Amino acid sequence: MSHDAQVYVRSQTEFEYIKQKRKKDMRNQVTSFAIMIFLTLIAFTAVAAGFSVYLIVPVILLLAAVQVVLQLYYFMHMSEENHQVAAFFLYSAVMLAFTFVLTFLTIVWWG
Amino acid sequence: MDFNKKYTPQTWPDHPEQVTLEGKNKFLGFWLFLGGETVLFASLFATYLALKNKGPSGMEFSTNTLFELPLVFVMTMILLTSSLTSVYAMYHMKNHNFRGMQTWLAITVLLGLAFLGLEIYEFNHYVHLGFTYGQSAFSSAFFTLVGTHGLHVVVGLVWIILLILRNAKRGFSLYNAPKYYTASLYWHFIDVVWVFIFTVVYLMGVVG
Repeated sequence: MSHDAQVYVRSQTEFEYIKQKRKKDMRNQVTSFAIMIFLTLIAFTAVAAGFSVYLIVPVILLLAAVQVVLQLYYFMHMSEENHQVAAFFLYSAVMLAFTFVLTFLTIVWWG
Repeated sequence: MDFNKKYTPQTWPDHPEQVTLEGKNKFLGFWLFLGGETVLFASLFATYLALKNKGPSGMEFSTNTLFELPLVFVMTMILLTSSLTSVYAMYHMKNHNFRGMQTWLAITVLLGLAFLGLEIYEFNHYVHLGFTYGQSAFSSAFFTLVGTHGLHVVVGLVWIILLILRNAKRGFSLYNAPKYYTASLYWHFIDVVWVFIFTVVYLMGVVG
């Protein structure tokens, strides 16, 4: 077939290198998982401990944002190359998301 | 492109999900879809925040007496762990280890089912308390937001189960690699949304 993909056979050295690299990536993902669990624990503990609302709300929102960034960049591979268009789609949506929340709250709370 | 071509770990491409044109299109299209999903959930979150604790006077339920944190904590841990197991499945896909990937996706499905079971238990509990879908503006906004997330969990589970079954005897190809990859992206996205749900709905609900 004329459209057959070029099959590239790796040399043993390249093969070992890529396997090592994947292991390293996997280790980074386990580390970010540990951080996510830790951040979740902090958030739940802060609420259970009953600190002031004005302290807790910004802190847990920040923890959630950090967790989502870890999830997007390490679990969903946005830290790898070739994700510019993906980032464009996602950040456009995030901008809309902020606008929605802001509009709804200003209309209902202060309208 | 011959989709049925067999590869070995030595010849399996670095990014098997983006070798074919179909794979590249799926990758881009799926991120566009995730952008749309973000907007969908943003509208539901905005509605929930606007209508939180609002109801006909005399019969209000309030977030700080309704929600139970231990249950939410267990659900969060289960979903977070299922995100890690699906990452591990994708690690096996990159290493061309088909059985490893299928096994870890099956574990992801089991964790997803556990999460779903707890969510059904929770909703059932609220309905028994009288906090039904039509009870107040608050209850409708709550069930729509959390229920839409639950629906996504159901869709993700059906999707992954079908992939596991359909490809069980096929092994890897450049045809099914993008399918597995997008399914795992979807599963992570479900977890991303849950991070905001447990923070904005449950934790911020309990503090008031």
